[in-house]
Formats: sequence, C-alpha cells, structure tokens
Amino acid sequence: MTETDTTLLTTALDALHRSLGARMVPFAGYAMPVQYPTGILTEHTWTRENAGLFDVSHMGQVTLRGKNGADPAVALERLVPGDLQILKMGRMRYTMLTQADGGILDDLMVTKLEDRLFVVVNAGCKTQDIARFRAELTDCEVLEHTDAALLALQGPKAVDVLKALVPGVEILAFLSGAAFTWNSTALFITRSGYTGEDGFEISVPNTAAEALAQALLAHEAVKPIGLGARDSLRLEAGLCLYGHDITEATSPIEADLAWTISKRRRAEGGFPGDAVIQAQLVGGPARRRVGIQPEGRAPVREGAKIYADAGLTEALGVITSGGFGPTVQGPVAMGYVAASHIAPGRTLFIDLRGKPVPATVAPLPFTPHRYVR
Amino acid sequence: MSTVKSTVKFTADHEWVQITGNLARVGITQYAQEQLGDVVFVELPAVGATFAQGKEAAVVESVKAASDIYAPLSGTVAAVNDGLPDNPSLVNTDPQGDGWFFEITLSNPSELDGLMDETAYQAHTGA
Repeated sequence: MTETDTTLLTTALDALHRSLGARMVPFAGYAMPVQYPTGILTEHTWTRENAGLFDVSHMGQVTLRGKNGADPAVALERLVPGDLQILKMGRMRYTMLTQADGGILDDLMVTKLEDRLFVVVNAGCKTQDIARFRAELTDCEVLEHTDAALLALQGPKAVDVLKALVPGVEILAFLSGAAFTWNSTALFITRSGYTGEDGFEISVPNTAAEALAQALLAHEAVKPIGLGARDSLRLEAGLCLYGHDITEATSPIEADLAWTISKRRRAEGGFPGDAVIQAQLVGGPARRRVGIQPEGRAPVREGAKIYADAGLTEALGVITSGGFGPTVQGPVAMGYVAASHIAPGRTLFIDLRGKPVPATVAPLPFTPHRYVR
Repeated sequence: MSTVKSTVKFTADHEWVQITGNLARVGITQYAQEQLGDVVFVELPAVGATFAQGKEAAVVESVKAASDIYAPLSGTVAAVNDGLPDNPSLVNTDPQGDGWFFEITLSNPSELDGLMDETAYQAHTGA
C-alpha cells in the first residue's frame, strides 16, 4: 500500500479485485487492478482465446439529452468531427473531441438512443469533458452516471457467456447497443471494446456490479483481466490510447483517424479545428501515426526516438506506445513519423539506449480484428 | 575436487550475489521478479566488460516496463547466462537459480561488506 491510496477513488468492484489478489495501482485518480496473480501474459492470451472481464468503471458515462426538442446529435457535432446525425437508433460511433488547432482533447464512444446520446469518455479527461459539455451544449441536459459501473467482457467466448445470463445480447451487431435486464437490474450493453476481439461493454448500477461480475466470473471461460493486458491487447489491435498516441498536440488526421470523419463532415466542417483538419485531409499531414515492428526481441517504449538512418542523425519522430505483444510473440509499437516514411515496409531505426534498432513500418492492426459484423 | 563454500548476499536494488572465491554470480530476487511481472526480454553484458559498482550492466524488461540491472560489485564479466535471452521467463520461474544473469570477477572484494545478508534483505523487503 502506498500512502496515496487513501486519496484514490475506488470502483464498485474494488473489494472484488482485492479478493482476487489483484495488484492495485493508481490510474487516473482511481485504484485499479493492473494485473491478477496469473500475470499479464496469461491474461492477454486468455482474452484472445476465451473471455476476459475488465473493470472499466473509471471511465466517464454520460447521457446527453436535447432540451425543448433539440437533437443532441446536432449539438454534439459542434464539438466532434464524427458524423452523429447519420447514426440509426442503437448504433454507436468512435469520434474525438477536438480543439481550435485540430488537437485532440479526448476520444469517445457515442451511442444514439431515442431522445439522447450515451457517451463514454476517458477517466483522465472526464472532468474536463463534462465541464465542456455543460458549457458548450447548453441545448442539452448533461447527466453523468456516477451511480453506474462499466464492465467489459471481451474475447471469442464473450457472446456465449453473456447470452447465458442476458438472453438477446447475441443479436447485437458490432458497434450497437440496447437496454437489457438481468436479475431485475437494468443494464445498458453495447457490442464494443478495446481489445480487437468480439465483446461487450456493460453499464450496470454500482449496487449490482459485483454480483454481475461474480456471475460472469463463475463461468469457466471467464477470468479477470487487469489494465496491463488491456494495454497490450489494444496495442496489438492498433487502437489509440489517449494521452499517449493521441493528445492535444496531434490531430485526427495525423493520428490516422481520418476514417472517423464522413464526407459530409469533411465538406461542412462545423467542429473545433475544422479548417486545420480540412487542410490536412487535402494536403496530407506532415507526420502520421503508424504501426512499427522492431526487429529482434527488445521492446521499444514510449518516448524512444525514431530515425531514418542507423547513425541516428536524421530524426523522423517518436514512439508513442510500445511493448511486447504476447500474441505477436515479439515487440510491437506505434509512433509518429514524417510523411516521407509512412509507407508499410519502410525501414526505420529506433534509438534504444543509444543503439539503433532496425524496425519496419507495419500495417495496423498487428493482430487481425475479430469483430462480429 | 574440493568444494568451495559460497555465500549469498543481496543489494537494496533486489539483486542477489552468490560469491564463490573471487567470483560473483548475479541475478534478481524472487521479490524483484514478482514486482516486475512476466519478463519478456533480457539484455546481457559482453564477457570481458568491466563495470564499477552500481553501474548499469544489463536490462530486464517485463510486458510493462524496462529495468536496469546494476553491477552489484566492481569487476569484469567472466560469464553470462547464454540461455537467458532466448528464454527470459526463467527469470520468473527460477530467479535465484537458472534465471541468473552474469558472473563478475571481483576487482574490489571489500565492497562485499556493503551488501546485505538474507536476514537484512528480508527486513529490507518488509517480508
């Protein structure tokens, strides 16, 4: 126990994590499990082959409801480049909050419901995000669901496990969500996640969260998974981590997230940083996020510099996420490189403790996505 | 062949040192491997390299992070555990046996006096 533990927030599953032997670490102001006794490699592989249960209750869950008939999709489009008006009922979209220079303030998942949007934002950004919603979306009610936990069940066996408890979830398409009931508890479930696998995120009242987690863990295909494996799973899946791969200093185009911006939004703009982002869409960004496959076994980590030459003189950029990919069975990384070197197959050199490690620009993801379409 | 008695000492950085005559075999402790988690990469020094006490001599990386292994005593690297880079999980499964890192021929044996015995090390880890 560190002394800072006393000031950390806890999720509704805190006692469960500790009883399962989790190593708890501070993360975005919360005490969170980084791993359980079996360790990150086992947790990672288990999720790819079975079903992993993640506590992601530290993330912010927010409902935006239009006032006086206002459409919350129209309202939120003032803050994000994603096309929300095109969303059909129950459909979900990945987008990001941008600022005037095109930088990214946060990334978020938005689900369209009858008269409202259900939004999930990052733990470390939620206070600022919600303040921003309240200040900028004056035509919406902004409700933060501090009374709800968020569980993620991820992996190829997630659907069979969850449908046994919550019949009907199996018909959810990838990136859609709906209300369900379990043990007379109201749940909101989306088919989504952060691992590259099929899976679900389940919003459940805090009061029922531990019982639901226990019911899921009772299935032989389910093990609890910590933040350590969550990070290695999302890195292999080529998914961005806010504060690392995307920040206020990176635009969605530099981050290779142009696919999240529809033709209409590119043409119309109407979001913070639209002029910068539209110019980058036309002219191409000066640098871009790419996958990077280092040669050999040594992991390259966030912050390592990228060069064009083995002499480490011609700087190209920096690694923003890097580590060991348990499924790839080798080092994997993402980083920003100059536009001249973004083509898959280009050779790069990473400065690893002063020595050049050869690496190749690799297509993302490193492990194929296995979403249910 | 007569048996040479060896003693095991510990550093504050959670390394163990098995001293046999003028040779010190170095690895990390059970406590250290538990803290690191799954080890996925080890970089060993070159045989013949010399290190002053406390200098970075090797690198061990878990899934999450890289950590330096310091030379616990001054000297010259006499041998390295050649099998370790291809099987870094030995650091987790047998940290104080087959998961050793390197051996140093001591240049200043008086430095041994500054290392901890097992009792002192247990107290250091709060065990």
